Amino acid sequence: MAATTADLKQRLRRTERRRRLGSLGLFAPSVIFLLIFFALPIALMLYRAVQNPEVANTFPESMAAIQQWDGEGMPGEPIVAEFAQELRDARDERQLSAPGRRLDYEIAGYRGLLRATAFGLPDEEPEASWTETLIGIDPRWEETQYWQALKENASPFTLDYVLTALDLEWAEDGGLQWVSEHQAIYLDLYERTLWMAFVITLAALLLGYPIAFLMTNSSRRVQGILLVLVLLPFWTSLLVRTASWMVLLSRSGPINTLLVNLGLTDAPLELLYNRFGVYVGMIHILLPFMIMPLYAVMRGIPHSHMRAAASLGAPPLRAFRRVYLPQTMPGIAAGCLLVFILAIGFYITPALLGGNEDQMISYFIAYHTNETLNWGLAAALGVILLLMIFVLYAIFTRLTGTGRIQMGT
Amino acid sequence: MAAPSYATKPQVVGHYGLRIFVALVCVFLVAPIFAIIPLSFSSGTFLSYPMPGFSFRWYEEVLAPRPWMFTLRNSLFVAIGATIFSTTLGTLAALAMARKNLRSLPVINAFLLAPMIVPLIITAVGLYFFFAQLGLTNSFTGLIIAHTALCLPFVLVTVAATLEGFDGTLVRAAQSLGAPPLTVFRRVILPIISPGVASGALFAFAISFDEVVVAVFLAGPTQRTLPKQMFSGLRENIDPSILAMATLLVVMATGLMIVAGLLKRRSERMRGLSG
Repeated sequence: MAATTADLKQRLRRTERRRRLGSLGLFAPSVIFLLIFFALPIALMLYRAVQNPEVANTFPESMAAIQQWDGEGMPGEPIVAEFAQELRDARDERQLSAPGRRLDYEIAGYRGLLRATAFGLPDEEPEASWTETLIGIDPRWEETQYWQALKENASPFTLDYVLTALDLEWAEDGGLQWVSEHQAIYLDLYERTLWMAFVITLAALLLGYPIAFLMTNSSRRVQGILLVLVLLPFWTSLLVRTASWMVLLSRSGPINTLLVNLGLTDAPLELLYNRFGVYVGMIHILLPFMIMPLYAVMRGIPHSHMRAAASLGAPPLRAFRRVYLPQTMPGIAAGCLLVFILAIGFYITPALLGGNEDQMISYFIAYHTNETLNWGLAAALGVILLLMIFVLYAIFTRLTGTGRIQMGT
Repeated sequence: MAAPSYATKPQVVGHYGLRIFVALVCVFLVAPIFAIIPLSFSSGTFLSYPMPGFSFRWYEEVLAPRPWMFTLRNSLFVAIGATIFSTTLGTLAALAMARKNLRSLPVINAFLLAPMIVPLIITAVGLYFFFAQLGLTNSFTGLIIAHTALCLPFVLVTVAATLEGFDGTLVRAAQSLGAPPLTVFRRVILPIISPGVASGALFAFAISFDEVVVAVFLAGPTQRTLPKQMFSGLRENIDPSILAMATLLVVMATGLMIVAGLLKRRSERMRGLSG
C-alpha cells in the first residue's frame, strides 16, 4: 500500500513537471519574441547613454596614448604624430563626421577644425615636426583646450550624457556641480512632466469618479448608454481626437466663436499651443483609462453597504465618505497610477496641442534623436524616463496584482 | 432618473447635481468626436463655423490614390500582419497564464505587459537604432515586427480575462473521455475562448492601425501609414480632407466598438456568466 502511494506521488509530480514545462513552452514564443524585438533594442539604446565611441574608435592608438598626458600645455610630439596620421587615415576612410560631431559638443567649431586639418595634412612625413605642421594648418592646435577635449573623449565610456541630463557638470577640482541657471534645462523638464501628469491624473479622477459611480448605481439602460459614451472615445483614433481639439480650440474655432457671440470675451482666447490645450487633450484621451478601473472596482461593492450605513443613521455624504469611498480606494489607486504612467510618456498630443514650454520628456528624446543627433543625450533622457515608469509600475503591480490592468471591451 | 419621493432637499440637489455633472463630462467625452464631422462636409478650406456651404469635395480628395488611399492600404497591411502575429503569440501566452502553475508567473507577466507600459518613444527610438543595423528600417517587415510587440500585451490581457472564468473540468472531462491534447484544444478550449481571442485580435488591430510614434521612426516613404500621414498633416497645415478621413475613422471606431461589445456578450454566454 505504502509503495503504491509513493509511486502515485511520484507520477503526480512527474505529470505536474510536464505541465509546467508545457506552460513554459506556451510562454516561450512571446518571451523570446519580446526579448529580441523589444527588450534588447531598448537595452542597446539605453547603453548609448554611457557609450562614447566616436573619438576613441576613430583614433584608437593616439587616444590610448593621450590618456597618459597630464593635460598641461601640449601633448608630446609622439602623441601628436600618431594623432595626425590617424586623422589622415580617418579622412581617407571618410570617418570624420562622427568624431567631428562629438567634439563639436565640447567646443563649437571643432568639427570644422578637424575637417580643415585633415584635408590640409601632407601625405608623406613632413620636414618639420607634426606639431608644427598642425599649428601651421590651424593655429588653434596651440591651445590646450582642443587637446583636452580629445583627452576627455579618449575613453569609449563617459558619464557626460547622464550628467547633462541631470543638469550637472564636472567642476575644475574634479567634483560635480550644478550647471549655471541659464543652461539648466532638464530638471525643470522632469518637474514639468511630473507636474503635468499630476494635474491630468487629478482632473481625470475628479471627472471620472462620478461617471463610474453613476454607471454602477443606475438602471441597466443608463449604464449601457454611459458605457458606450466612455468606450467610443476609447476606440477612436488618438489622432482623430487630437485633430478635433485642434479644430475646437483654434482662434476661429467653435468654442471661441461661441464665447465671442455670447459676449463673454471681446477677443478670441488663446486656447491652443499652450498648457491649456495640452491639458484638455490629454485629459480627454486618458479619461477612459481612469473610468475603467474605477468601474471594475465599484461593480464589486454591494449596494447593501450604503443602505446599511443609511439605516444606521449616517447622512448620505458621511455614508459615502466612511463606507463607499474607502472600498473604492483600490480602483482609485489603479486608475491614478495607470493614467499617471501613460501621461508621463506622452509625445504626440503635447507636440500637436502645446507650445515650446509645454513639451514633456518624450519630446526631447525625439528631438535629440532626429534633430540634434545627440543620441547619447537622448538615451540618457530615456534612462531617466524609464526609471520613473518602472518605479510607478512596481507600485502599480504591488497594489493591484499583475495582469489586472482593465482595458475596454 | 427622478430622485425618490422621500429624499430631503440636499439629497435632491445632490441627486440632480451628480447627474448634471456626469452629463457635462459625457459631453466633454463625446462632443469633440462628433464636432468635426459636419466640418468635413464644408465646401470651404477653413476649419470654422459657420460653413460656407455643403460639399463632398474633401471626401473625393480622401478617395484619391495619394496620399490617403495609399497610406490607408499600408496601414491595413501592417495592422493585419501585426494582428495575426500578436494574436497567435498572445493567445499561447494567455493559455499558459491560465494554468497558473509557474512560480515565475508574476515576473513573466510583468515582462510581457511591458510594451504597454514603456513609453512609445523609447520603444520607437530603440527599434530605430536596432533595425538600422539589421537593415529593417523603412521596411514593412520591421514595422510589422514592431507593432506585433506593441499589440501582444493587449491580446494577452484580453484573452487572459476570458480564461479567468474558464471551467477546468471541461478539459479534464474531455481528457478522461480519451481526447488527445490537440483535440481537446480544438474541440473544447478554442470554441470557448474564441470570442476572447477575437476581441484580442480586434484590439490588436485597433492599436496597430492607430499607432503613430513607432511609424514616424520606422516607416519610410513607401511604408507611410495613415496615422503618420495624419500626424504630418496636423503638424503642417490642417485641411478638411484630414477631417473627412477622421470622420471615416470615427465610423470605423464605432463599428469596432459594437463588434467588441457583441464578442464580449458572446464570451460571457459561452462561459455561462450571464443568461
